[in-house]
Amino acid sequence: MLAHSIFFYTFSLIAIVSAIMVTVSKNTVHSVFFLILDFISISCLFIMIGAEFLGMIMLIVYVGAVAVLFLFVVMMLNVARQTNKWFSSDQNSEHIPMGLIISTIIFFELIIVIGGWKFKPNLINSVSLTNTNVVSNTHSIGYVLYTDYIHIFQLSGMILLVAMIGAIVLTFRQRSGVKKQSYFSQISRERNEGVELIDVKSNKGVKVDD
Amino acid sequence: MTEIGLGHYLTLGAIIFTIGIVGIFLNRKNIIVILMSIELILLAVNINFVSFSIFLNDLSGQVFTLFILTVAAAEAAIGLAIIVVYYRNSSTIDVEKIDSLKG
Repeated sequence: MLAHSIFFYTFSLIAIVSAIMVTVSKNTVHSVFFLILDFISISCLFIMIGAEFLGMIMLIVYVGAVAVLFLFVVMMLNVARQTNKWFSSDQNSEHIPMGLIISTIIFFELIIVIGGWKFKPNLINSVSLTNTNVVSNTHSIGYVLYTDYIHIFQLSGMILLVAMIGAIVLTFRQRSGVKKQSYFSQISRERNEGVELIDVKSNKGVKVDD
Repeated sequence: MTEIGLGHYLTLGAIIFTIGIVGIFLNRKNIIVILMSIELILLAVNINFVSFSIFLNDLSGQVFTLFILTVAAAEAAIGLAIIVVYYRNSSTIDVEKIDSLKG
């Protein structure tokens, strides 16, 4: 139990510090790196409390896909070295104390909600580090995911398809001056458009129009 | 203090959620950091779902987290595509310069 708490405090401290660094970092590339660190420490927490499948999926989806996508876009757009205007005293900084006040209020509201929570009587108070269940976490998620939640599962696949098509359509650009093959005009070409038969008289020759 | 319960995880989720909110409110740089703050908020929601699912011994929270993960990936892809198109058209993604929807 001591090891559990030590691991929890370590990972959550890393997660909180890297979440702060995501928002205050000067360089956008550094923000993406801290985002990756945040995802990794949170997925370590997930694996620690027994949601191994979600922890691993989180590593694959967030670190492997989303954060790398962010990194691609940041490096492609060349916005990494923009000037940082945090807490500067130019004319547009009067929203900062109001934003801080409102976010502090949100935080204390969340804390009040958590503190006033009435727990279920059969709440498990602590989770052991070792998984003693017969059926593993992945098995049990698979049992309910493909039976009870199959329609929502298909629907989430649909969402991914729509997102993919939308991203392709948004970033697709028709360049001018690029020669492209038109299959339709190639296939629909007729014989009398391409070939012409001419009766050639003797000693006359043929005038080929240019 | 050494007994890690549900409240610890919920507090961690609340802290990360608030950091994401602060990142959206106080951002002066570019929109990509705002998108990353949205990812942080979704991460905090995932923490809450997973910890409730584990501590209440109910699996539907983890299944729901899977769907949140899907929606987050789709949202990141679409948002980054919109940012790329905007940068291509106006060659800036500064938060203060994006005001073409201003009435």
